[in-house]
Amino acid sequence: MSVYARRRIFNGVVMTLSVAATGFGLLWLVLVLWTLLENGIAALTPALFSQMTPPPGSAGGLLNAIFGSVMMTVTGTLIGTPTGILAGTFLAEYSRGSRFGEVVRFINDILLSAPSIIVGLFVYELMVVPMGHFSAWAGAVALAIIVVPVVVRTTEDMLNLVPNSLREAASALGSPKWKVIVMVSYRAAVQGMVTGVMLAVARIAGETAPLLFTALNNQFWSTDLNAPMANLPVVIFQFAMSPYADWQTLAWGGAVLITIAVLILNISARALASWSTFKQ
Amino acid sequence: MAAETAFVERVAASGRRGGVIGDVVFRSLTFLFALLVLLILGGVIVALIEGALPAFRTFGLSFIATEVWNPVTEKFGALAPIYGTLVTSAIAMLVGIPVAFGVALFITEICPLWLKRPLATMIELLAAIPSIIYGIWGLFVFAPFVQEYIEPAIINTFGQIPGIGALFAGPPLGIGILTAGFILAIMVLPFISSIMRDVFETVPPMLKESAYGLGATRTEVVLRVVLPFTRIGVIGGIMLGLGRALGETMAVTFVIGNAHSISASILQPGTTISASLANEFTEAFSDLYRSSLIALGLILFVITFIVLAIAKLLLLRLQKQAGT
Repeated sequence: MSVYARRRIFNGVVMTLSVAATGFGLLWLVLVLWTLLENGIAALTPALFSQMTPPPGSAGGLLNAIFGSVMMTVTGTLIGTPTGILAGTFLAEYSRGSRFGEVVRFINDILLSAPSIIVGLFVYELMVVPMGHFSAWAGAVALAIIVVPVVVRTTEDMLNLVPNSLREAASALGSPKWKVIVMVSYRAAVQGMVTGVMLAVARIAGETAPLLFTALNNQFWSTDLNAPMANLPVVIFQFAMSPYADWQTLAWGGAVLITIAVLILNISARALASWSTFKQ
Repeated sequence: MAAETAFVERVAASGRRGGVIGDVVFRSLTFLFALLVLLILGGVIVALIEGALPAFRTFGLSFIATEVWNPVTEKFGALAPIYGTLVTSAIAMLVGIPVAFGVALFITEICPLWLKRPLATMIELLAAIPSIIYGIWGLFVFAPFVQEYIEPAIINTFGQIPGIGALFAGPPLGIGILTAGFILAIMVLPFISSIMRDVFETVPPMLKESAYGLGATRTEVVLRVVLPFTRIGVIGGIMLGLGRALGETMAVTFVIGNAHSISASILQPGTTISASLANEFTEAFSDLYRSSLIALGLILFVITFIVLAIAKLLLLRLQKQAGT
């Protein structure tokens, strides 16, 4: 066989494998979503949204868990977003080329990928042990700690995309730097920053590990942030691992809810991001 | 135009009102929050060390090298979870890296332009699915499938080879190290492939075109031009994926079987650090038990910190290279 034929065949093999790998990757996405819908759609009954989590062996819903999840996700986002935006602002606007900024950026990127269960342990030691009991506050703080690095990162990236000429123009008009940032930089970067927050919300909406040691779970309706609170991920974990068919069905229902919420957030965040770059 | 003039006038007027104090306040405010990022990491380290201290005081450094895990007699050792963490991550890398490379290769070199964006988004959606969803799917759908079809096939083929056969011995349970590693591979795939894609895009077209001009095939261009040029970034991406795999919790907890023992066969149940924490932490009844679990967390944190730091340093080096 000639050298040319051999090279051509090798090329063909590699290209085929590459196409196969892509198909393989997509296959799992389709499979996971398909089985999720297959098992979960049946569980999406009105009772799911109107009744509390049941004791084993009886029917019920996930109302308290849905409420708890929304509550802690919102609280976590409300704590984490301003923190992340301010820290990201410092990195982009005040620390160009500084050593301190580089260290913060480095640490932030590590926090971004750090195991979320470690965050759970940290908040357990930080809040649960001193308070003496599990609480929704601790859960919200744990989620906030996961939000912060995501928002820091996107805020910094988006502010870095703002053309310097805009800042210079505002400065030339005599405005102090903080007004340049708040009235010019933020305005130019707001879409990207919103995208970052949405991605962060999508990430914490399904986080389970940090809630296990902080918010724990609650079988009953509770709006008290100072007490353990039910939440979808931990309920799914507990119910799916149980031997009861009723509980397992509810777990599938919860899984579908979370996945739909996360995918909608994720896709709309991407749409927003590509729309804003398109506009530019 | 009128609106813009009004805006300019408003900015100019506010400049006179704002003044120096506003600047100092805003700068310190943002600085404090940047400092908070460092404090979070510092807090994590302090909290973990403090929590782990009783366990290390009782068992010494042999904690890391002992396999026993007995809550009743209060003898704890971290070897089995450490082993499980490393082996599942190794399997994830073994499966995930080639696939991620194939995907990145397809998206950057082969795929038609109109398909690029949707395809990349779909692969990245794999990363958006929460890990608990992979867990429940793994437990109810994937593990039974593995038990019925994949594991018997493995046992009947690889399991019969003398020497390495022990790696694939035992009854097909569906739940175990191999299944966990495989699900991890699917989960880290999008992280690795998106970084590979990004770094592949940084190769100057001139370099690739010169190779094509010399008559190189696509494969040769990728293997001899693109890969050498982006080596550091590719390794950085792999390390980032590894960092994710090591700390992944819920998906693994569902399918690994939570057995505190080390078996030669990768088809048998085991445990990982994060799975032990998720399964046992809230039920840990004694202080020493709880402290031993936190010590596991500390070990996990140290390992992932090192891996992620290396990943980050490699990617930073690439950025600087691209900048010059």
